[in-house]
Amino acid sequence: MKATERNPLVEVLRKHEAAILADWLKEQARAGVNHGDAAQEKELRHVSRDFLAAVNEGLASGDVEASGPAWARAREILASLSASRATQGYSPSETATFVFSLKQPVFERLRSEIGDAAQLAEAFWTSTLLIDRLGLFTTEAYQKTREEVISRQQRELLELSTPVVELWKDILALPLIGTLDSSRTQVVMESLLEKIVSSGASIAIIDITGVPTVDTLVAQHLMKTVAAARLMGADCIISGIRPQIAQTIVHLGVDLSQVTTKASLADAFLVALARTGARIEAAQAEAA
Amino acid sequence: MERIPILRMGRFLLVTIQVDMHDQLALTLQDDLTERIVADRAKGVLIDISSLDVVDSFIGRMISNIAGMSRVLDAQTVVVGMRPAVAITLVELGLNLAGVRTALNVEKGMALLQNSTVA
Repeated sequence: MKATERNPLVEVLRKHEAAILADWLKEQARAGVNHGDAAQEKELRHVSRDFLAAVNEGLASGDVEASGPAWARAREILASLSASRATQGYSPSETATFVFSLKQPVFERLRSEIGDAAQLAEAFWTSTLLIDRLGLFTTEAYQKTREEVISRQQRELLELSTPVVELWKDILALPLIGTLDSSRTQVVMESLLEKIVSSGASIAIIDITGVPTVDTLVAQHLMKTVAAARLMGADCIISGIRPQIAQTIVHLGVDLSQVTTKASLADAFLVALARTGARIEAAQAEAA
Repeated sequence: MERIPILRMGRFLLVTIQVDMHDQLALTLQDDLTERIVADRAKGVLIDISSLDVVDSFIGRMISNIAGMSRVLDAQTVVVGMRPAVAITLVELGLNLAGVRTALNVEKGMALLQNSTVA
C-alpha cells in the first residue's frame, strides 16, 4: 500500500512492541508451539523478539504485503525457523502457529488503541492479511525443507544401493536391493559396466534376492543390463530368484531363456567359478 | 581412397576401427574383409571398436552384417573393446548384436577365438 498513508498498525506495533511480545510468548506457550526443553524455549523467545523487530522494520517501510525488500529480514527468520522445525519433526500446523499466535496480542492492542470503528476494521483487515501471508510463507518454507530432505535421501539411496563387488578373479556380483525403476537401472548398468572395464571381469552375477517384486518392466530392465554386459564381453547370471518371483515371471510370460538363472547366489558362484576354470574344494577331502 | 586396415595374426584377422564410419567405408571394409577371409583362410575375425566414442544403429548393423558374412565363410566374429556408454546406447536402440560374440579387450578376444576354433 501507499507509504504516505498513515498506518495505525505501524504505530500500535511500535508503541507496544514489548507488551505484544510478552503476550505473544504467553500465547505461544498456551498453543504449545514449543516441545523442547528450556534451552529451546529461550531460543524461541529470542527468535520471537527478533521477528517482531523485523516485522516492525518491514512495516516501517510502508509495505504491508510482506513481499518487498524491507521484509527480507523477517522472511529470513521465518525460513530458518521453519527449516529447523521441519528437521526437528514438528508438524506444519505447529510451525505455522508460531506466526498465527501473534494475531490475538496484536488485535487486542489495536482494539484498545483505535477508537474509530472504520479505522479499526481497516487495521484488523491489514494485520490479518499480513499475518496470514507470513503464516503461508512459514508453511511453504517448511514444505521446502521437507522436500529437500526427501530428495537428498532419494539421491543417497540411489548411490547406496548399487554396489558392485568383486567375488573372485574375473567374477563380479551385483546385489540388487529395492525396486528397480528406469533411473536406478541406468545407475546400476553404468556402475556394472564401469566395473567390468576396470576389473576385466568376464562374469557378472546379478542377485535379485532384495528385489521385492519383478514385473515386466523390471524384467525388461534386467534384460537390458544383461544385454549391455554381454556387449562388453561379460556373461551374466541372474541369481536369488525366489519361488514366488519365479511363478510371477512365468505367469507374466517374461522370457528369461537367454540368461542363465540360478536360485541362489552360491549356485551362481559355483557356475561362474566353473566357467572361469576355478574350483573350490573342501580342505578335508584334500587331506584324505 | 580411405580404407580400414586389416591385419593378419596367425589364423585370425584383426580389424581396428578408429575413424567415423560412413556408407562407402563400410562397403569397402565388407569387400576387403570377405576377400581376405577367403584368401587367408582365416578362422576368426576380431573387430576392435575401443576407440569409437559413438556407435549408431548404422555401425551396429554393419557389425551384424560382417558377422553374418564371416559365418557363411566359416570364420567367427568377435567384437572387442566396446565402451560402457556405447553398450548402453546399443541396448537402448534395441540392437543386441545377437549372433556376434564379444570380449572385453583384444587379448580376451584372441583367447576366445583360440579356444573356440581349436575345439
